[in-house]
Amino acid sequence: MHDKILLSHGEGGKRTRDLVVKVIARYFDNPVLAPFLDAGLLGRIEGEIAFTTDGYVVTPPFFPGGDIGRLAVCGTVNDLAVCGAKATAISCGLILEEGLPLSSLERALSAMRDAAEEAGVTIACGDTKVVERGKGDGIFITTAGVGVSVDGWRPAPSAVRPGDRILLTGTMGDHQVAVLIARRNLAIEAPVTSDVSPLGGLLLPLLPRFADKIRFMRDPTRGGVGVTLNEMASSANARFVLDEARLPVRESVRGVCEILGFDPLYLANEGKAVLIVDGNAAEEIVAALRRHPYGREAAVIGEVEAGSPGVRMRTLAGGVRAVDYPVGDQLPRIC
Amino acid sequence: MRLKYIDDFRDPATAKALVERIRGDAGNAPVRLMEVCGTHTVAIARSGIRPLLSGAVTMLSGPGCPVCVTPDGYIDAAISLGRDRRVLLASFGDMLRVPGRSSSLEKEKGNALEVRIVYSPLDAVTLAAATPDREVVFLGVGFETTAPAIGGAIKTAAVRRVGNFSVLPSLRTIPGAMEVLASDPDVRIEGFLCPAHVSVVIGTDAYRPIAETYGIPCVVAGFEPLDILLGISMLLRQKKEGVARVENEYSRVAQAAGNRKAQEVIREVFVPCDTGWRGIGVIPGSGLRIAEAYAAFDAEKKFGVPVVFAQEKTACRCGDVLKGKILPDDCPLFGKACVPEEPYGPCMVSGEGTCAAYYKYGAA
Repeated sequence: MHDKILLSHGEGGKRTRDLVVKVIARYFDNPVLAPFLDAGLLGRIEGEIAFTTDGYVVTPPFFPGGDIGRLAVCGTVNDLAVCGAKATAISCGLILEEGLPLSSLERALSAMRDAAEEAGVTIACGDTKVVERGKGDGIFITTAGVGVSVDGWRPAPSAVRPGDRILLTGTMGDHQVAVLIARRNLAIEAPVTSDVSPLGGLLLPLLPRFADKIRFMRDPTRGGVGVTLNEMASSANARFVLDEARLPVRESVRGVCEILGFDPLYLANEGKAVLIVDGNAAEEIVAALRRHPYGREAAVIGEVEAGSPGVRMRTLAGGVRAVDYPVGDQLPRIC
Repeated sequence: MRLKYIDDFRDPATAKALVERIRGDAGNAPVRLMEVCGTHTVAIARSGIRPLLSGAVTMLSGPGCPVCVTPDGYIDAAISLGRDRRVLLASFGDMLRVPGRSSSLEKEKGNALEVRIVYSPLDAVTLAAATPDREVVFLGVGFETTAPAIGGAIKTAAVRRVGNFSVLPSLRTIPGAMEVLASDPDVRIEGFLCPAHVSVVIGTDAYRPIAETYGIPCVVAGFEPLDILLGISMLLRQKKEGVARVENEYSRVAQAAGNRKAQEVIREVFVPCDTGWRGIGVIPGSGLRIAEAYAAFDAEKKFGVPVVFAQEKTACRCGDVLKGKILPDDCPLFGKACVPEEPYGPCMVSGEGTCAAYYKYGAA
């Protein structure tokens, strides 16, 4: 084996075979994948099926708290989880850039394996392509996931009503700040680690118990809690009012945001969920979330009120203001 | 980093008490105060202070957003420089979406113009040193807050002999613009909430001529919600007592004389010049150009690309917004032809722009 990815690793010949059998198969060792057929045979699946896909592009691919491999598994598992589905099988599409150190690929693969194991999902099929140097960013991963819906629960944005509470399962912005710092062009040091984690174990056990209390859930990834809540408010056609004092933000993340002029509301998370729940069950659901390691800092962050749809915030100073979609990326300010 | 410190400046109970005091001190007609600085504008909008004080205080937003007052001729000059294949532009992020006469850096970036976003002017010197075959031109936009850092970068480039680094300057100083507004009978400002960071550099004494000559109270305030409420309260107290002086709410950082070292860098690298403010016009002595001793680092001279200032003639009323003559909602384009996705005027572009802050945080 070479210590770097070469174009010939993607050309379908002996080197491709070697890469798959000697490297990838070493990490993804399971009976569905093992025969290396053109499709993973999942067998009979009981229940209603959910299906999702996502592409993962992150610079740098390795950052405190995670890497692109863990991200690629968790992102897809979480998309299924917030729709009430337990991930059964996922695919793994790798697009590698010529020259990528083999050790980097192996690091990503081992993270994928560990995350899949944690989430209880089988990596059932895959594909590898190699692009010329300069045409990729080291490593891109796409995953698609099949899941089985929890019986008796479906996302129901239309069930949202005034008096419902808005819950967040933990602190905002950890992932994006960890990645920003890992880029090392900010000259900022802060002990922030990404929150990337699979959320099935946190969310799915709640669904049978609070079936008619949990209206719907989303994972606030790109665009953060601010964008996710705007999308949720418009799909529920409801007015969400956040309470600034209750928004959970880690001190180190807040410090970085203060310096750069970023709003943690719009920073990506990879291990958090937003839930809209019946107001009467909110405290009980928060308590249940807090019993899980990924929900320790779960909190009620606002409520649904009667009035024109959209997202508002009651500020610490006692005022009310709009929380809108941001335009483009947040850019560091001049002064 | 002591972040408990931040919480102290965001305490809801203290905020409530201050709002009550402000309301108690205000008269029958709303008092017209101006926050000069864009960071204050955003902080006021983000913390929902404007509606809290409605009826008691009208907060006018001033010209203190560097992006907003940069004339479109500057953007045009930057774009034409960037079209030179040798040139690699380096800029603060929030300049990218600012429209020039026909395009913006962001749009040109899609057309193969190369712009690197940097977080400090010194990063641009490092970039130049690392890419000796390119001419790195830093877009030096800002007020007294960024001028020392840009001056420092020029000095560093001179010491390290980084000959392929230069700056296209668009630097302005705040007190001159405040004087123009203080003397404008249409604006009728009854008190200035003076910038926090700028005052750290220039010192709070810099506003004394405004308080003394024009009889307008000045209070330097920090950017936290309680800083702002306390600053407003201090302005109202001065008005009630019938005095006009410079007071310092931000004494934990800003001093009367300012930061002498930063001032020295400014004096060494730059000389005052007349300069155009978008929407306002040319204000004598309110700009900083690069001094002769450092002319080798002046991109305008090096590449012969002059920054032309021409008063724009459009329906956009950013100029009146920047002068506090109107509020954003009074502009016919606001929220219609001019929105953050397709900004017409600069006040809608910058995250610190008055119109953007009104659009983003308004409409409760």
